[in-house]
Amino acid sequence: MILDLFSLLAIAAGGFFFLAGTVGLLRFPDPLTRLHALTKADNLGLGLVVLGLLPRVDWPQGGLKLIVVWLLVLLTGATVGQLVARVAQRPGPRP
Amino acid sequence: MSVAWAFDAILAGTVLGVAAWIVVARETFAAVAGFIAYGLLLALVWVRLAAPDVALTEAAIGGGVTGVLLLGAAARLRGGATVPDVWPAAPLRLVAGALCTVIAAALAAVVLLLPEPAPTLAPQAAAALPATGLGNPVTGVLMAYRALDTLLEKVVLVLALIGVWSLAQDASWGGVPGPQGRAARAPDALVFLARLLPPVGIVVAVYLLWLGADEPGGAFQGGALLAAMWILMMMAGLAASPAVSDRRLRLALVVGPAVFLAIGLAGFFSAGAFLAYPEPWAKPLIVLVEAAKIVSVAAALALLVAGPPQRSPR
Repeated sequence: MILDLFSLLAIAAGGFFFLAGTVGLLRFPDPLTRLHALTKADNLGLGLVVLGLLPRVDWPQGGLKLIVVWLLVLLTGATVGQLVARVAQRPGPRP
Repeated sequence: MSVAWAFDAILAGTVLGVAAWIVVARETFAAVAGFIAYGLLLALVWVRLAAPDVALTEAAIGGGVTGVLLLGAAARLRGGATVPDVWPAAPLRLVAGALCTVIAAALAAVVLLLPEPAPTLAPQAAAALPATGLGNPVTGVLMAYRALDTLLEKVVLVLALIGVWSLAQDASWGGVPGPQGRAARAPDALVFLARLLPPVGIVVAVYLLWLGADEPGGAFQGGALLAAMWILMMMAGLAASPAVSDRRLRLALVVGPAVFLAIGLAGFFSAGAFLAYPEPWAKPLIVLVEAAKIVSVAAALALLVAGPPQRSPR
């Protein structure tokens, strides 16, 4: 019961970050702020969803897989953010 | 109306919306970005249809490899790639639209008019599965019941690569894929990722290969992952792209189809038919073929992305 409530709260909070990130992506004025919004959704949103799902999967196989997925998304998200920001800051015509 | 039904309806609507957007997008790059999203959404659809094998392949090939190929093509076409101002004449557009509508309606009708329950060979496939020693019926279909299709699929992959290579100019034939001259130094963040990710990717690829016998997974999905790791390292400048005349590279490309073919021919003597496996050895042989296939699939996909040789051999 308490675990269900915990899952519900964590996943709802994760969903909120995805929603906020999407709103930011659509509304923010330039690439850097849009990236900021997007990476928040990926890192925190997915992290909270994974946290909420952890009590509902078998440990350790399922749980560790979920955590690894989150860590991989953190790594690639941060890298892609850096790469896009580099292109956005480069002078000259926007690709 | 349950939650699952609502989710499926939203998913189907989003897939159709993204598909329409790809068609009407005026910029090539935007259309390709849409196509990648479309591939990932389609993978979700396959998950909902309880076909995780297809979902994995769709995400890896439809979203991943095809996406990278199209991005490369879009970058090459940059400049003259917007929708032309000259439109075909109105009657032609009308006929094309009508024909497309007829095809879509016919497909929809065929799917909706299937008898209930739909004709299926699934029970027979599941019943014969113990003879192969496999646990995943999809792998059983791919490697035992319809092995010929799978073999030809691997050969087609090599033929496609030869097609790409044949676009090379005479001077650079047998040379190295990639643009002329020294490439700009890769950004540090990319180099960091290319150092950190491949060990994880290789482990997951081998895991997918091994798991393929009993669970969703297999050589194609694992091979696509290996190819992605190799491409990442080439992009970061950590691994030099090989000359297409490299003997080891060519060996890697043909080892999959060759092992498959050799075991298939051996089937004449050991099991009485082409591509048949002698029963107690079925599973080890299938795993051996899969292991050889993952090498060829990875090499072929990575080289398809690398493109035709553009630098002369050293």
